[in-house]
Amino acid sequence: MIERSLKPANRPAVVVAMVLFSVAAVTYWDASRMTARATYGMDANAAAYFICLFLAVLGIGHLFAAFQALPIEAEDADWKAIGWIAVALSGLIGSIWLGAGFTLGSALLFAFTARAFGRKALIVDLVIGIVMGLVVFLLFNKLLSLALPQGPFERLF
Amino acid sequence: MDAINLLIEGFSLAIQPANLIFAAIGVFIGTAVGVLPGIGPALTVALLLPVTFKLDPGGSIIMFAGIYYGGMYGGSTTAILLNTPGESAAVVTALEGNKMARSGRGGPALATAAIGSFVAALVATFALAFLAPPLVKVAVKFAPWDYFGLMLIAFVTVSATFGSSPLRGLTSLAFGLWLGLMGLDQLTGQARLTFGVPQLLDGVEVTTLAVGLFAIGEALHVASRHLYKPEKPIPVKGSIWMTGEDWSRSWKAWLRGTVVGFPIGALPAGGAEIPTFLSYTMEKKLSRKPEEFGSGAIEGVAGPEAANNASAAGTLVPLLTLGLPTSATAAVMLAGFQQYNIQPGPLLFTQHADLVWGLVASLFIANVMLLVLNLPLVGLWVKLLRIPLPWLYGGILVFASMGTIAANPSVVELLLLSAFGVVGFLMRRYDYPVAPAVVGLILGPLADNALRRSVQMSLGDPMVFLEHPSSAIMIAVATIALIAPFVFKGLSRFQQDED
Repeated sequence: MIERSLKPANRPAVVVAMVLFSVAAVTYWDASRMTARATYGMDANAAAYFICLFLAVLGIGHLFAAFQALPIEAEDADWKAIGWIAVALSGLIGSIWLGAGFTLGSALLFAFTARAFGRKALIVDLVIGIVMGLVVFLLFNKLLSLALPQGPFERLF
Repeated sequence: MDAINLLIEGFSLAIQPANLIFAAIGVFIGTAVGVLPGIGPALTVALLLPVTFKLDPGGSIIMFAGIYYGGMYGGSTTAILLNTPGESAAVVTALEGNKMARSGRGGPALATAAIGSFVAALVATFALAFLAPPLVKVAVKFAPWDYFGLMLIAFVTVSATFGSSPLRGLTSLAFGLWLGLMGLDQLTGQARLTFGVPQLLDGVEVTTLAVGLFAIGEALHVASRHLYKPEKPIPVKGSIWMTGEDWSRSWKAWLRGTVVGFPIGALPAGGAEIPTFLSYTMEKKLSRKPEEFGSGAIEGVAGPEAANNASAAGTLVPLLTLGLPTSATAAVMLAGFQQYNIQPGPLLFTQHADLVWGLVASLFIANVMLLVLNLPLVGLWVKLLRIPLPWLYGGILVFASMGTIAANPSVVELLLLSAFGVVGFLMRRYDYPVAPAVVGLILGPLADNALRRSVQMSLGDPMVFLEHPSSAIMIAVATIALIAPFVFKGLSRFQQDED
């Protein structure tokens, strides 16, 4: 006998189904507002409607899977570590946003990521991050002439 | 022979000193990055793309060839010494290779992997050189509907046929296709799914998606559970050279692996997992010492490693002749080509013949360089494996985000990168394959174009796909490939009940 009830472990499949339905809805809404028309055949929104349908079918598939298939097993996660990486990425994004430059951003990114993986020596890691960021900056901006974002610190070079 | 003349011309381009240096740098940094745990060839190529931005197309594509082969080789080193395969195709290498390393035979395991890769890539690159011209002759006659059929096959095989569950593979593909919608439509200029954000008008960069899913996603995934599973590389003790017995057990496995790997890679049949597993089971059956399998049998490294490399070279056949990427690595390579406004496909062979043959010749050269550089440098690669995880992942994230802002200096791009990282993490956590999303993003818009061009040419008649036998057959193949796993799934469930 297969027990047809929603087990807690099957919740991810239901969540995925809900996400798929909402993305399909957004896609449908976006496609319905498209105005460009092709002379012959299909318009630009044909593919959008198709993908919308595809997403909806997959959503239904996930709903079925949630009640039938074996639950998707997930290991315990260390959410604190995830949080530190989020801080690390926000550090980079923030420093680019505020025009503080690539070196500071990458130093924050490096040090907080290292923190996520269990390092406690934040100051040392920040220094390593600054040196690394600077080397990368000089290499790319001077040698390969790519434009990494500059802040007050980078303009000294 | 036509191909030989063209190849000789290619070599005359590739052996120019500057290009040789590009190839050497590519091989070196490709291996160095590929060796790092958790970084497979696709991510290696994506991370190192910005390095080649400002070179001339010839030089950068040659460097690319080196990075590609270097990344492949580096991945097998990690699999053998650390038991963390950077990609699914290296899983089998880790199986026996890691056991060999644990019993003090890490040297011969690395050697048979390196020489096997060399032999396989050599044979497969020759096959590519001879197979490509006739294929191009066929491919130039392809109409949009044929391309559409071909892409359907690629979609299905990449996502549905071989993954752990077709539903998850297709969901990953749908995510990529959905992202492919974003931006200005190429045919009408209609903005799709841009939500009024001007930075989205250009669409989503394949490299941003690949780096987000692979690098940031992997970092989050490892961070979320690193406390429970610390890993250390196994030191390489004793001779790195293979004994006479090792040679006699390896060489047939290399050749068999190549024969299995190349055709599967060359058909748009997706994935190097199949040939590596096939080769593994084949070697196990044919081995003189089958009892060693499971505790470190050298054939179990030699065969799958050759199969992996042969199939990787095989994926270059559809990529170069049809512009059809059938693996995540190939998708990232295609994105790299597009950066120089080079569109792989049959026209590439007529418009940029020198480039294509220079690339093929560089693959040979990169292959030789790998063999010469890597065995003596094993010590260096092992040192790279010792970088503490916190610094390693800190460095990976810095390089990942650097590549993204170097290509497109905007906060929106970084936010996209982070968002893809979160999605990549969740996909890993709940066992969704990542590669179909990357392939979907790059092939989606191409399939959309092919579809609408076909319907335009038929003046709006959708039957155009079924009226031409070639496209009708391809659509039928795609449909069968889509439905087959669901049928087999029922069968396998039935078999499970019997056990």
